[in-house]
Amino acid sequence: MSKVSVKNLYMIYGNHPKKPLALVKEGISKEELLEKTGHGIGVNNVSFEVEEGETFVVMGLSGSGKSTLIRCLNRLIEPTAGEILIDGQNIVGCSKETLLEIRRKKVAMVFQHFALFPHRNIWNNVAYGLEVQNMPLEDRRDKAFESLEAVGLKGYEESMPTQLSGGMQQRVGLARALATDADILLMDEAFSALDPLIRKEMQDELLTLQANMKKTIIFITHDLDEALKIGDRIAIMKDGVVVQIGTPEEILNKPADAYVKEFLQDVNRVKVVAASSIMKKPDAIVSSKDGTRVAVRKMKESGISSIFVVDKDRRLQGIITIDDALELLKQEIHSIESIIIDEVHRTSPETPIIDLLPTAINTKYPIAVTSEDNRLIGIIVRVSVLAGILGEEDSDE
Amino acid sequence: MNKIPIGDYFEMFIDWLMDNFEPVFEGIKSGILWVIGGFETALLSVPSLVMIAIISLIAWKVAKRRVAIFTLLGLLLIDNLNLWDKTMESLALVFTATVIALVIGIPMGIWMARKDGVDRTMRPILDFMQTMPAFVYLIPAVIFFDLGKVPGAFSTIIFAMPPVVRLTNLGIRQVPKEVVEASKSFGSTSKQLLLKVQLPLATPTILAGVNQTIMLALSMVVISAMIGARGLGEEVLKGVTQMQIGKGFEGGVAVVILAMILDRITQALGTSSTK
Repeated sequence: MSKVSVKNLYMIYGNHPKKPLALVKEGISKEELLEKTGHGIGVNNVSFEVEEGETFVVMGLSGSGKSTLIRCLNRLIEPTAGEILIDGQNIVGCSKETLLEIRRKKVAMVFQHFALFPHRNIWNNVAYGLEVQNMPLEDRRDKAFESLEAVGLKGYEESMPTQLSGGMQQRVGLARALATDADILLMDEAFSALDPLIRKEMQDELLTLQANMKKTIIFITHDLDEALKIGDRIAIMKDGVVVQIGTPEEILNKPADAYVKEFLQDVNRVKVVAASSIMKKPDAIVSSKDGTRVAVRKMKESGISSIFVVDKDRRLQGIITIDDALELLKQEIHSIESIIIDEVHRTSPETPIIDLLPTAINTKYPIAVTSEDNRLIGIIVRVSVLAGILGEEDSDE
Repeated sequence: MNKIPIGDYFEMFIDWLMDNFEPVFEGIKSGILWVIGGFETALLSVPSLVMIAIISLIAWKVAKRRVAIFTLLGLLLIDNLNLWDKTMESLALVFTATVIALVIGIPMGIWMARKDGVDRTMRPILDFMQTMPAFVYLIPAVIFFDLGKVPGAFSTIIFAMPPVVRLTNLGIRQVPKEVVEASKSFGSTSKQLLLKVQLPLATPTILAGVNQTIMLALSMVVISAMIGARGLGEEVLKGVTQMQIGKGFEGGVAVVILAMILDRITQALGTSSTK
């Protein structure tokens, strides 16, 4: 079961949102609806699932409905129709008590402009979610201190919000959301108000925290780089509609339409596209048991000047060159063991292209993509690194 | 075209109120009298010099030393002019009207802030209360409550209440939307939202409203003297009606001194709450 599951969600602005629902379902345009009925469309037939422990990013320009969507998830904004299941429980139309319980225990939110309570000191800000649950003072104080330590704000417990910098204030916002032990974090443009360096620092921090916490995070942003960096999956929204959902690479490599493509124009591909998406299948390889003759023939057949050598479990041994192999052949030595060069460049499938560039420039041989136990998964030749940067697909075919 | 008989209708309405709700007015009257009596007793039970010391101390605690010195000298002057008792009578009336105006006005302001419909309905009513010349409802007040302090207090309440209602409403509406959302998102009930977030953040604005309410109440002191509310207004009125220019001026000075003391002290309360 998905942690959060949104099914055919609609949110219509206006005095009588239910009335134009049928029109919206028929696909009336935003402008036409406004003209005819005076209603606006915030969220238009949105469905998605978020798995436990996943970071799901919703991205779109301002006015795309992403902030409305996230506010539907804890009903700060009332959805007009559809279902939102949290741990299987539909929160659309649930009772006031259930909603309070969900907001208190299951879903916590981090806001764009931090939304700290200016009249409370830092730890009392962090403890707010516990205070409304009537947790005893001592307990919630301990919890708040713990939470502040986790975000690196130990020692600031008694400060007031205005005494802290923007980045620190948002750490408080994050600590406040963590303090209630909710499994789901809603982050509404949480880092957008911070300057670029601090933003990057906060993103890294979130990734580190998330590696330990395994929260289910729904993150709203208009910044594609941010989305690609922290999202396990990304949904792209336009005019209240989700245009595409996919992993960062899926979206980069197969944008669903022109809108998404335009979005991606400024993306620094080298930071995102991973080794795995530009590697070729290692068709031509030799086993260390194979003889010299086999190696030479394979290289000639594939028209390559070097070939990777693996053992019987496909563990990478090294590489041999055609020149060395021909020399062995002359000397009639059948084992290739003596000419294996083991100084091959290895990389993991997740490595982004940018980290491969220096190697690609300096090495004579292709780069070997290996799994953690040193099995050869693929190879990357220089030209495919270049193709990867340019975003041309399947350069090897 | 015939004149629309608004005036006649109003008279009929007042008569109807009198015929049907007299016990209610009697109840209100004794309630207000009780509160005024309480304040008067409290303010006049100690010798003037002791009271002057107490008020000056409060000024010193709440506001700056300058305000305390002014308070001390101002009140000593009033005592010297033999206006002490009348000043305390006026102060009791101001306090009574203010307390009742706040007890009704603040919840009203909160209600307006929470419901746009209430906001829309209340606005013209507040305009009416504030701008309708006070004399106009002074007379019905006399019909309901007879001459004396009670109709004075009643008119003062009507005239002085709007600022605190408006500013309570404004103060709550001014709380940033995201902060309200934050409070809700952690599962606050609407009572928790109000008490833990909205009211604390609206306090400086509400206190500005309280300050305005007190000032307006004080400005009604002279007018309500016309229907027998006594106090400093009586002095001023004597000055006007009996050509006792000097006496009138002394009464006026006492009103001004009282106004400045009350203003500085309540303003200091407002600014200290923002820190």
